Amino acid sequence: MFEQWKDFKKGIWTDKIDVRDFIQKNYTPYLGDDSFLASKSERTVKLFSIVEKLLLEEQKKGIYDIDTSSLSGIDNAEAGYIDKENEIIFGLQSDGPLKRLINPYGGIRMVEGAIESYKLDVPDNLLKEFRKYRKSHNEGVFDAYNDEIKKARAAGLVTGLPDAYGRGRIIGDYRRIPLYGVDFLIKKKIEFLSGMAFPFTEEIIRIREEVSEQIAALGKIKSMAQRYQIDISQPAGSARDAIQFLYFGYLAGVKESNGAAMSLGRTSTFIDIYIQKDISKGILTEIDAQELIDQFVIKLRIIRHLRTPEYDELFAGDPNWITEVLGGMGEDGRTLVSKTSYRFIHTLTNLSASPEPNMTVLWSENLPDNFKRYCAKMSIETSSIQYENDDVMRAAYGDDYGIACCISAMRLGKEMQFFGARCNLGKALLYAINGGVDENDGELIFEGLEPIKAEYLDYDELMSKFRVVMEKVAELYVNTMNIIHFMHDKYAYESAQMALHDEIVGRYMAFGVAGLSIVIDSFSAVRHARVKPIRKNGLAVDFEITGDYPAFGNDIDEVDTIGNEILEFFIGQLRKHPAYRGAKHTLSVLTITSNVVYGKKTGSTPDGRKAGMPFAPGANPMHGRDTNGALASLNSVSKLKYEGVCDDGISNTFTIVPNAIGKLPRHRVDNLSSIMDGYFNQKGHHLNVNVLNREMLLDACDNPDKYPNLPIRVSGYAVKFNKLTKEQQMDVISRTFHEKM
Amino acid sequence: MLKIHSVETMGALDGPGLRIIFFLQGCPLRCLYCHNPDTWQLEKGTIFPDEEIVGKALRYKPYFKNNGGVTFSGGEPLLQAQELVGILKTLKDNGLHTAIDTSGYFNISDTIMVELLQYTDLVILDIKHENAELYKQITGHSIDKYLHLKEILINKAQSKIWLKHVVVPGLTDNPQHIKDLEKEVRTFPLERVEKFELLPYHTLGKSKYEALGINYSLSDTPEMSIEDIYKLKKLIKLDCLI
Repeated sequence: MFEQWKDFKKGIWTDKIDVRDFIQKNYTPYLGDDSFLASKSERTVKLFSIVEKLLLEEQKKGIYDIDTSSLSGIDNAEAGYIDKENEIIFGLQSDGPLKRLINPYGGIRMVEGAIESYKLDVPDNLLKEFRKYRKSHNEGVFDAYNDEIKKARAAGLVTGLPDAYGRGRIIGDYRRIPLYGVDFLIKKKIEFLSGMAFPFTEEIIRIREEVSEQIAALGKIKSMAQRYQIDISQPAGSARDAIQFLYFGYLAGVKESNGAAMSLGRTSTFIDIYIQKDISKGILTEIDAQELIDQFVIKLRIIRHLRTPEYDELFAGDPNWITEVLGGMGEDGRTLVSKTSYRFIHTLTNLSASPEPNMTVLWSENLPDNFKRYCAKMSIETSSIQYENDDVMRAAYGDDYGIACCISAMRLGKEMQFFGARCNLGKALLYAINGGVDENDGELIFEGLEPIKAEYLDYDELMSKFRVVMEKVAELYVNTMNIIHFMHDKYAYESAQMALHDEIVGRYMAFGVAGLSIVIDSFSAVRHARVKPIRKNGLAVDFEITGDYPAFGNDIDEVDTIGNEILEFFIGQLRKHPAYRGAKHTLSVLTITSNVVYGKKTGSTPDGRKAGMPFAPGANPMHGRDTNGALASLNSVSKLKYEGVCDDGISNTFTIVPNAIGKLPRHRVDNLSSIMDGYFNQKGHHLNVNVLNREMLLDACDNPDKYPNLPIRVSGYAVKFNKLTKEQQMDVISRTFHEKM
Repeated sequence: MLKIHSVETMGALDGPGLRIIFFLQGCPLRCLYCHNPDTWQLEKGTIFPDEEIVGKALRYKPYFKNNGGVTFSGGEPLLQAQELVGILKTLKDNGLHTAIDTSGYFNISDTIMVELLQYTDLVILDIKHENAELYKQITGHSIDKYLHLKEILINKAQSKIWLKHVVVPGLTDNPQHIKDLEKEVRTFPLERVEKFELLPYHTLGKSKYEALGINYSLSDTPEMSIEDIYKLKKLIKLDCLI
């Protein structure tokens, strides 16, 4: 029994690792409003002004600095500070702020590409040595890919796959370090290993090796903290220690791995227990508490990875998806909103609006009204919050889940995900029409398919051919993913993050689709209007549509159900093919900013979208086709099934002008909160909320310097508007703004 | 059934809370500044059966907090008053908040009008002008219909009331008129008037006239500035003014 635990209510958590039990026994729900919040401390003011200058410089240079002294690793860099005197939470990825690590484990070509594109000065021998002695994940993957996969990848049928960079989407349960201290965690892992009996099969051997790697990683986290003269071997005693220890855990994750999305998890109410304890003891004030959270968030905002410009084109704005979920309800009916949920969101006021960390409010009908109103208010002010349906997810994942990346739920410390990006359904539909041949270059991707020869497209024929293509895509997709994650485990195992999991974890294999609304609209067009393919050299390159058709996004059941029909069929096909390590197949409808790139690679589609034009993001209806107002659009998306079909999430981005949600500020707050209540009550899964004026965005396009911090939420994350490419900016502006005269 | 011009599922200005708004087709008035000339002709529009209207409205019930509900606007919704009565009743039976956004022009019997107002929680009444002559000049119609509805609304109904008036530069922005308008507002039972609003004239409707090939008589009139509206508001001493 640790001395640091003496003020806590005991429970099963004291004997075995169970953070949820600790939270449930010790947290204080908060039902009040935001009036208790404090502004930033003097130290934070000083520290943040330095950080702001650094960020401005980084924006000009693209990359501020790079660490060429060694390769990435949990404990390879010296201690680094921004302004030691005013910092109260310590730790940087490298020995200085915004200094990117060289991480070749996911893919050395990504590193070389970045070095070349940004003309970085990197000693020759560093990567040469790596090439000489090691192999990267990316090389392993390409050793195993066959021609069919390579062709599908090049054509853009499956894109954004984590085969050349870190897969991410793994959330370490960083709370375990402050709660238990590293030594206790190591002890438990050693006990696990010694408890394993013969036979040592291939999977058991692998688990043994991985757990040993985890133990080594825990040791490195400890020595990394030691560089800052902080001992994390024992549990944290104070609020400051709790945040510091937790952050070291997170920092180890982002030092070791450069995954696309590196979520924080669900930390605020956990931290709140320590803050409450210190406040009630009289050793911490509200200003101190806010200072701790502000400084923690400053650290999160300067996490960086070395990427290529091509990567940025896909996932714009240097995102890390440091996703923190806030709020939600407990299984016992008490809200999990605490004062620190407020303090976390309050950083958007104290430190200005920002895309990171990716604040994700778990919405429930039963959330305290004060919290709903506070979130709505902050959304209107900052457009920096996304919302997800806690009532739907709690039923599937309990009340201690986190969100990886944008919308992927998983039990913290107990489950992980094999990230699978997405396949391009728009292109798959064209393969159904063109007999498996790519519309852009005539390359044969799938053999044995007959093209449609009729003058006009017929619904039943198109659907049956589309199903055949989906069957083939599913087979290819699962096998591709199996290769990727086999190699990732082998060559770029995330030992720090996995050390903060149970030894036996549940695994999801997360598949995704892009272009759903295009496909739904195409089928509706074929059913209600006359759609004639315009063929060139035997390939349908354009479509002539005679007559009108009802589009997805207008709350018309007959149209909207096409979406579920397709998604249900596709997940069914994916499940036919066993996933690596017994992972459970899941599906998401999410594009992030890649809807622009996917659109670029896809020919004209039967819904009337022209070749090269962007798709709608995520599950959004196509721009301008949702003509019955915003709520009809939300209703359509809310019909797409989460449970059992899209268990990995359904992303919807909602952009509205302030005047359209009410005349007075208090009306806007009430109405935005009602919008969320209505959408989530109907089982809508995710909503990105932007409250912005089109004129302001146009102005920001022309005068980026005027809006250095303008965040905008795009499918599943937020990004600074001026970090988007021109194309992405125009896409955002042309997308449906819900505005009404 | 109703003849409908369009449906907006997310209205946040035409009544309390969030609202589904049915813009009804047809209007007898020809207000100089009208920004919806496409709703004038009763012959156009789409026919919606009652069940479809009620069904559509009920789809949005989960969003209707804070008295959110259904608003019938237009066009002039009372041009289809006879058909509206039953629909409003059904909506009330289903627990929805109801509103009509009208100029006061109706042509049904007083008895039916009284019944209609029984099922109407809120009447948003557009005071085109308090002066009969100018009313005629602005709308092309006599002020009588407005006065008639006002009389019924005051004496034979319990509906809450929102009053509004469009301020057009050179037409309805002179201070004396604004003071007279305040007097007009004071003739309503103020305990039922929740809101009185001066709306600045805007030119967003202009392009619709061009598209419809109708002459737009205010084509040289500038938009009303928010600052000038603010000055005019200072002339009015009413709590309900927003």
